Amino acid sequence: MNAPRCLIAEDEPLLAAGLQADLAALWPELVVAAQVGDGASAVARALALQPEICFLDIRMPGLTGLEAAQELAEDWPEDTPFPLLVFVTAYDQYALAAFDAQAVDYLVKPVDQARLQACVSRLQTRLQTRLQTQVADRSAPPAGTAPMPDDTLAQTMNQLRALLSAAASTATQPPKLLDVVQAQVGNLVHLVAVAEVIYFEAADKYVRVITAEREHLIRMSLRELLPQLDPQRFWQIHRGTVVQARCITTARREESGKVTLTLARRSEKLTASRLYAHLFKGM
Amino acid sequence: MHTLSMNRPAPAHPAPTAFAAALQRVKRRLPRTVLLVGAICLVIALILTAIDGRGFAVKLIYSLSVGVACNTIVFAAMLLSGWSTDLLYRARGRPLPDQSNAGWLGVLPGALGAALFGPPLGLSLVDGITGFTSPSMLNLNSTGSRLTLLFSVLATLITIFVLQAQERLADARAQAEAAQRQAAENQLRLLQSQLEPHMLFNTLANLRVLIGMDPARAQAMLDRLIAFLRATLSASRTPQHPLATEFERVADYLALMDIRMGPRLQSRLDLPPALGQLVVPSLLLQPLVENAIKHGLEPKVQGGRVEVSARRDDDLLVLSVRDTGIGLAAAATAAAGQDGSHFGLAQARERLATLFGGRATLSLAEASDSEGGVLVTLRLPIEATSPTTAA
Repeated sequence: MNAPRCLIAEDEPLLAAGLQADLAALWPELVVAAQVGDGASAVARALALQPEICFLDIRMPGLTGLEAAQELAEDWPEDTPFPLLVFVTAYDQYALAAFDAQAVDYLVKPVDQARLQACVSRLQTRLQTRLQTQVADRSAPPAGTAPMPDDTLAQTMNQLRALLSAAASTATQPPKLLDVVQAQVGNLVHLVAVAEVIYFEAADKYVRVITAEREHLIRMSLRELLPQLDPQRFWQIHRGTVVQARCITTARREESGKVTLTLARRSEKLTASRLYAHLFKGM
Repeated sequence: MHTLSMNRPAPAHPAPTAFAAALQRVKRRLPRTVLLVGAICLVIALILTAIDGRGFAVKLIYSLSVGVACNTIVFAAMLLSGWSTDLLYRARGRPLPDQSNAGWLGVLPGALGAALFGPPLGLSLVDGITGFTSPSMLNLNSTGSRLTLLFSVLATLITIFVLQAQERLADARAQAEAAQRQAAENQLRLLQSQLEPHMLFNTLANLRVLIGMDPARAQAMLDRLIAFLRATLSASRTPQHPLATEFERVADYLALMDIRMGPRLQSRLDLPPALGQLVVPSLLLQPLVENAIKHGLEPKVQGGRVEVSARRDDDLLVLSVRDTGIGLAAAATAAAGQDGSHFGLAQARERLATLFGGRATLSLAEASDSEGGVLVTLRLPIEATSPTTAA
C-alpha cells in the first residue's frame, strides 16, 4: 500500500507548520502532499493531487474551509474515493462538536496532542476499512465498474450539508425576499419577475437569470442572491445553480450519485450535485 | 407628597406627533393630578369653612369642581398646544422637533385660562346640578368669591408646578440610567470584540507552536499578548490616555497579527513625536485597525498593508487607518456570509459623539489611489485633546 497523503489548508503559516510537525511525530508514514494558505488553492491542489486526507481550516481567505469542501464534493472524480475531511477551527461556531466521531472530523485550535492522536487513530481506522472494502470488491467475481458508494461518502455528504446550512443560517438578519430581479444593460434596466425565473446560474461575479424566453445577467454573486430567494420555491442543486422547483419536470439519478434534471419550457438539462441529490426522491 | 412620587412615570417613548406626545404626558399625569387636586381642594374647603363658618360639604363640592375645571382647562391647553405645533410644522413642511417638551407651551396660557374661567365654570357646573346660587365671580366685591378665585388659581398653579418638577426629575433620572446602561453595554461589546474567540484562540495556537519552535519569539509574543489583554481589560478604568500609548497598543496588536499572518501582513505606524502627548480616548484606534485587518486584509489571499498615522491640521488632530484590503463593497459581500459586523466603526463613532459632540468626525471611504482598500479618518479638536499634565 502506498503511504497515505494529506493536504493541509491553513492561512496562518506557523499553525500550518505546527500541524505538520505534530502529524510527523504522531503518524510518521503520512506524507504532506501539499500545504496551502487559501480555500481556492486547497480545492485546486486537492483535485490535482487527490490525497486521502484533507485538513481544512474553516476561516481562510477566498473560500472558507466549508466552501472548499463543497467544491471538492461536487468536482471530485467519481472513480476515486472522496478524501477524509478534518475541519480545523479556533472557535466552534457551527457546533462541529455535534458531529463527534462521525464521517467528518474536526480539530479545535490550539490542538492538543491527545485530541490530535484520537483524530489520527480514527483516520487510520477509516483508511484501513476503505482499503479492505476495495480489496473485497476486487476479489468479488462480478466486479462492478463503479466503486461501491460506501456509507462514509453518504455520511460525509450529510454532514457537509448540515454544516453548510448551519453556516448559511448564521448569516446576519435575513434580507427581504426578492420579487423582481433588475438586470441592467447599458441604460436599460430589465425587470424580471422572480416567479418567471426558471433558474439562476453563477457566472464568476455575476449571476445568469434564465427565464423561458431569454436570459439576463445581474451584477451580484449567487451567495448574495440566495438568502433573498424563497427556499421553498427555489432549490439550490449545485453550488452554482438555483432552480425554481415547479419548473423541474423529471429527475434521473445517475450511477455517480448525481441527478440529471429536465425542465419545463427549457431544453437544456441541469445537474444536481451529490450534495443536493437527496432533494429528489419519490414521495 | 412623597408617596405620590412613588408613582414614577415610565421614560417617555418617542411619540410620532407633538399631539401624541402631549396626550401621553396628560395620560401619565392624570392619576396623580386627581389625587393632588383632591388633597388641595380638601384643604381649601377646610380653610373656607374656617373663615365663614358655612357648611363644609358644600365648600368641598364647590372647591373640587373648581379644581377639576381648572385642571381640565390646563390639560386641554396642553393638548391644543401639541396639536397646533403639529399643524404649524406640517404647514411649514419641516420635520417635528424634539418632543420632550410637547404640550408644555400650553401650560402657561392654560394656567391663565384656568384662573379666569375655571372658577366660574366649576361654580356654575355645581350650581346647575344642585340648584344653589353662588356669588357671581364677576362680582369681586364679595370676599367669598375673591377667596375662591385666589385659592383656585393657587391650587392650579401648585398642581402644575409640583407635577412638572416631579416629571423633570424622573426624566433626568431615566436619562442618567439609560446613559449608564449604554456605557456598560458599550464596554461589554468592546470587551467581546477584543476578546473575540477566533482572535484569542488563534493567537494561543500560534503561541503553542512557537513555544516548541522558537521559545525566545514565543516569549516576545506572550509579552505582546499580555500588554494587549491588560489594555483591553483596563480600558474602562482609564477612559483616556496619551496618543503615544494608543499607538503602543496598536503596535502590540499588529505584532500579534504579524506573527499570525506572516508575510501576508505589512504594517506601518507613523506618529510625529510632537503629537504623542495629546490625550485621546483609550482604544479608539485599535478596533479600527482590527476592522481593517479582519474585513480588509484577512479575506484577501495575498494579504496587504495597514498604515496608521497621526498628523496635525490646524487645531485638529487627524488620525487615519488605511488598508490595502479588498475594499468596502467586497467586504460587505464577504460579511454577508459571516457574523462579522462593523462594530468597531459604530463604536468609535458613538464614543466620539459622546466625548466631543459634533466637533469630532469619523469618515469611511474607499482609498483613492490604485492600491485600493479602505481609509478611515478621524478628526478630533485639539483643544479637547490637551496634553497630559502628568508627564
